[in-house]
Amino acid sequence: MANVSIFPAPGPIGQAEFEANRRALERDRRAETRMRINLTLPALLVVFVLMVCPILWLLSLSVVAGDGRLSLENYALFFSEQVYVEMFLKTFMIAFVVTVICVFLGYPVAYLLAILPPAWSGVLMLAVLVPFWTSGLVRTFSWLIILQRNGIVNKSLVWLGVIDKPISLVHNMTGTVIGMVHIMVPFLILPLYASMKAIDGNLMRAGANLGSSPTHAFFRIFLPLSMPGLVAGMIMVFVMCLGFYITPAILGGGKIKMIAQRIEESISLYPTWGPAAALAVLLLLMTAVCLFVSLKLVRWLAAGR
Amino acid sequence: MTERKTSALPVQVQMLSKHFGTVRAVEDVSFDIRAGELLTLLGPSGSGKTTLLMMIAGFSRPTRGSIRIADQEIVHLPPHKRNIGMVFQNYALFPHMTVGENVAYPLRLRRFGRSEIEDRTRRALDMVQLGGYGARRINELSGGQRQRIALARAIVFEPRILLMDEPLSALDKHLREAMQIEIRQLHDRLGMTTISVTHDQREALTMSDRIAVFSSGRLAQIGAPAELYEKPESRFIAEFIGESTFLPLRHTPAGPAYGEQVIHFADEVKPAAGEMLLMLRPERLRLVPANGTAGGGKDANVFTGQVQTIVFQGESLLFEVMLDGGHKVSVRMANRSENLRQLPQAGDRVALKLERADARVVRAEG
Repeated sequence: MANVSIFPAPGPIGQAEFEANRRALERDRRAETRMRINLTLPALLVVFVLMVCPILWLLSLSVVAGDGRLSLENYALFFSEQVYVEMFLKTFMIAFVVTVICVFLGYPVAYLLAILPPAWSGVLMLAVLVPFWTSGLVRTFSWLIILQRNGIVNKSLVWLGVIDKPISLVHNMTGTVIGMVHIMVPFLILPLYASMKAIDGNLMRAGANLGSSPTHAFFRIFLPLSMPGLVAGMIMVFVMCLGFYITPAILGGGKIKMIAQRIEESISLYPTWGPAAALAVLLLLMTAVCLFVSLKLVRWLAAGR
Repeated sequence: MTERKTSALPVQVQMLSKHFGTVRAVEDVSFDIRAGELLTLLGPSGSGKTTLLMMIAGFSRPTRGSIRIADQEIVHLPPHKRNIGMVFQNYALFPHMTVGENVAYPLRLRRFGRSEIEDRTRRALDMVQLGGYGARRINELSGGQRQRIALARAIVFEPRILLMDEPLSALDKHLREAMQIEIRQLHDRLGMTTISVTHDQREALTMSDRIAVFSSGRLAQIGAPAELYEKPESRFIAEFIGESTFLPLRHTPAGPAYGEQVIHFADEVKPAAGEMLLMLRPERLRLVPANGTAGGGKDANVFTGQVQTIVFQGESLLFEVMLDGGHKVSVRMANRSENLRQLPQAGDRVALKLERADARVVRAEG
């Protein structure tokens, strides 16, 4: 076919042109890198000012003794008093119990969310999210009313004849755990639901096709595949429980002391911030260790997929 | 299992229907599958072929009808009690298990002894040419390897029949063609009654003993690949399997005619109710010069027209010819030097010769 173009065919490219192109491309690459740094800088700055600085400050406070000298006496205080150790243990125990209850309450809900037709799962999702969006303080006081001696729960149980006289459901461990579970359960459901949604429905069919009863297929296929989401949710719940303040303070009625409450008391009890800071640093460290171990666990589970 | 043929079982589907609300996904479908046969359910998407397979596997509950394997009615059985092997479209291999664990899964459920499980798993992997892959993870496999593992898992427990749902659709063209042959050979060795679903007519032609073609929930025609290609009953089948163009026919005292031209057929064509069409396969038409020897007597039908376009397609050339009767037909010519010597050009007048033996009538609808 005849060449009808009015432009001359391009000739061979000279060394100078190659060199110019190379430099221009290099300039573009650098401009792009600069742009990325400029875009992330504001966020990094916020994290530095609001996260890194306070933590460093906290650290520095924790190593200053009552008389203004540098010392570890605030930490020594913690290890010398049995009360502190017990309180840490109690905090971890409550976090553990709440996490376990959340798993048993949250797993079936997440499962339903994942398998129901969209219209129904939308309604159910709303039932999960509306309390989630409501203030924790409001929900905690609501539990106080529901669980009190003459509250609806006690009255119903008496009326049903399950108990003879009202039992104490609040101002103790029971109330604290109920209130915390209520606040924490969406944090378990949401990541779990996301990971269940990602499971290919044909896998359960394949299980059935190969001879698995529905129950067997659930335990052999669905449960293991939902594990990464379950562990992620459990970590979230456990770690958040460690720092709970309002709910145990109100529903525990002073009988249940978790670390956060002790930190608050420390500040009003001692003239300096040192002991409180030391407690906070210890809590932070233990939380970090928990997170690290769990993340390793998640990675190990995910690698098995 | 290896070279020994499993005892193949016949399958019978009778008056099977599946309605979703007012949608009749499958409507009164009946057919028999012979023992050891590889039957392909072929059809465009939405034709009901996959729904039908899902009903046989037990994942979809029929509205009514019967499915029998040998003499046993299975329509009420839950999927895990049917003992049917299945290769899923996306393979559905368990990602949290190794290749070996996947293949051994149905064997463990059936409580085979440990050595038997190991033995059968190894043989199944050898059969799909992936011996030694037992310890691999699923995400380390390529698409073709996953396909083979899915196949190994579906046959390792010697199911009564084997189902395959678009088994090759996720593979690229070359691999797909190689696997078609491989599945066919594997089927010949195992002799297991197999039902496969596909929308790819070439795959159906390559692999099947027989093909059942579906159209909007109904069985349109069932037959051997050559039979469907050579003797399609309707325009739908003729278009779905292979290429073809059609000329309208009318009944005359002398026989079916295109315009005034009476068409010669190999067999006697019975006048049927409804519109009749003459099916023209592009490779069965021969281009001959328009002048000279028109008319092939009673052994051939000759149509005249003008070449509109010529498309080079590698192994062949495709001509679009506008007949004098006003219908456009396609003609395929093998890319051979003897054909290219006197090649007509666009705009040339040509004659098309259709051997009497190649003349076929099909129904216009259905």
